[in-house]
Amino acid sequence: MYSVSELYIPQTLGEALAYLSEHPDTRPLAGGTDVLVQMRAKRLEDVRLMSLEKLPELTGIRCREDGVVEIGALTTFTQLAASETVAQRAPMLRTAALAMGGPQIQNRATIGGNVCNGATSADSAPGLFALDAVLVLQSAAGERRVPITEFYSGPGRVKRDPKELLLHIELPAAAPRHGDCYLKFSTRKAMDLALIGCAAACEIGEDGAVSKAAIALGVAAPTPIRASEAEAFLTGRKPGLEDLEEAGRLALQSASPRSSWRASKEYREQLIRTLAKRAFRAAYESAGGVL
Amino acid sequence: MHTIQMTVNGSLWTGQVEDGETLLETLRTRLGLTGTKRGCEVGECGACTVLIDGVPTTSCLYLATLADGKSITTIEGLSVDGKLSPLQQAFIDAGAVQCGFCTPGMILSAHALLQRDPHPTKETIKTALSGNMCRCATYEQVTEAVQRAAEVIAAHVGT
Repeated sequence: MYSVSELYIPQTLGEALAYLSEHPDTRPLAGGTDVLVQMRAKRLEDVRLMSLEKLPELTGIRCREDGVVEIGALTTFTQLAASETVAQRAPMLRTAALAMGGPQIQNRATIGGNVCNGATSADSAPGLFALDAVLVLQSAAGERRVPITEFYSGPGRVKRDPKELLLHIELPAAAPRHGDCYLKFSTRKAMDLALIGCAAACEIGEDGAVSKAAIALGVAAPTPIRASEAEAFLTGRKPGLEDLEEAGRLALQSASPRSSWRASKEYREQLIRTLAKRAFRAAYESAGGVL
Repeated sequence: MHTIQMTVNGSLWTGQVEDGETLLETLRTRLGLTGTKRGCEVGECGACTVLIDGVPTTSCLYLATLADGKSITTIEGLSVDGKLSPLQQAFIDAGAVQCGFCTPGMILSAHALLQRDPHPTKETIKTALSGNMCRCATYEQVTEAVQRAAEVIAAHVGT
């Protein structure tokens, strides 16, 4: 039995937003695989829950005519992994979805919940950071768009106003030559959190040089981060192996990993250097680049 | 309290459940279906796995209220007329049970797998069961049991 003061199940988005306006202490409940676990640990008690289960506005994945891919906040990791649209635009999100938890968790956990829960270890976060995803939030007062790179404010904290719901996540259109890669390093293949998660996205211009380099890291800092120094170094280059080594070293400059029972700071630093290098190499090669 | 109506192992069940009540608790205490096991209660061990509209779900992380209108399958729902399903029988034949606590969850995850993929590879089986922990480490025998069941079912369908 969870400590719930009320469980409200709105049937429309309008009802949901009106309820949030009236009760800003509400905890929106998507798949429940984070919120309920926190409640079980008694970190949250006497909680006012609002289930998002019946809201069709928050579901579905579609590619718009302008090439932007919209992923509904309630999309489960199982749906994310099965989506052809996602596989075409960002195969690393499929990798991330299948690396998260196990099948039962993937069947319930949602990408919106993964983001709004604010964990630095969220498997979807590095990919969404690397793709410069945009979050579309709505409250009774209107709609707001926030780049995901500006959404996290600390461990377990995001800048979602208590009266807002995350509707969907937009992935910007990709250049013709693009590639990406997500690498999760964990002790177990299933039912484990990343020691470090690393996503890389790469676009190659007509001159054959890298026109966009993105490297994002999870568990490398209190929130997911981008490795800006490494990205700036790689942009405009036709990278060789030594350049990748340097990018790995530079990625570490953006990071501030800590020691926990899962891994030491030093071990994580080693992982950051190695995974940044490997992930970007894979993204570059998948975009058609040759080392 | 919410009044819900769900189909459990083919039979309609209507009743009241608390707002904070899990489907696991409803199944075990209100319906007396204790085949579904209470393990870690945080969605990590898979012992409480049931099928909700055919989809493996940890019932400890599922509020009973949300089961309204859904169809639930528990381990008690797999046998027909007191006869074990081919998958259940395969678990016995392969010796895939030691203490047995994880077995109901394992079998339901495997059942869902065989429904969507009647001829799974060993890797597919391992992935499909990766959310079910066995502290006795019967994983090899469990994988073998699922492979045996797939063969038995295929042979049966063929005749």
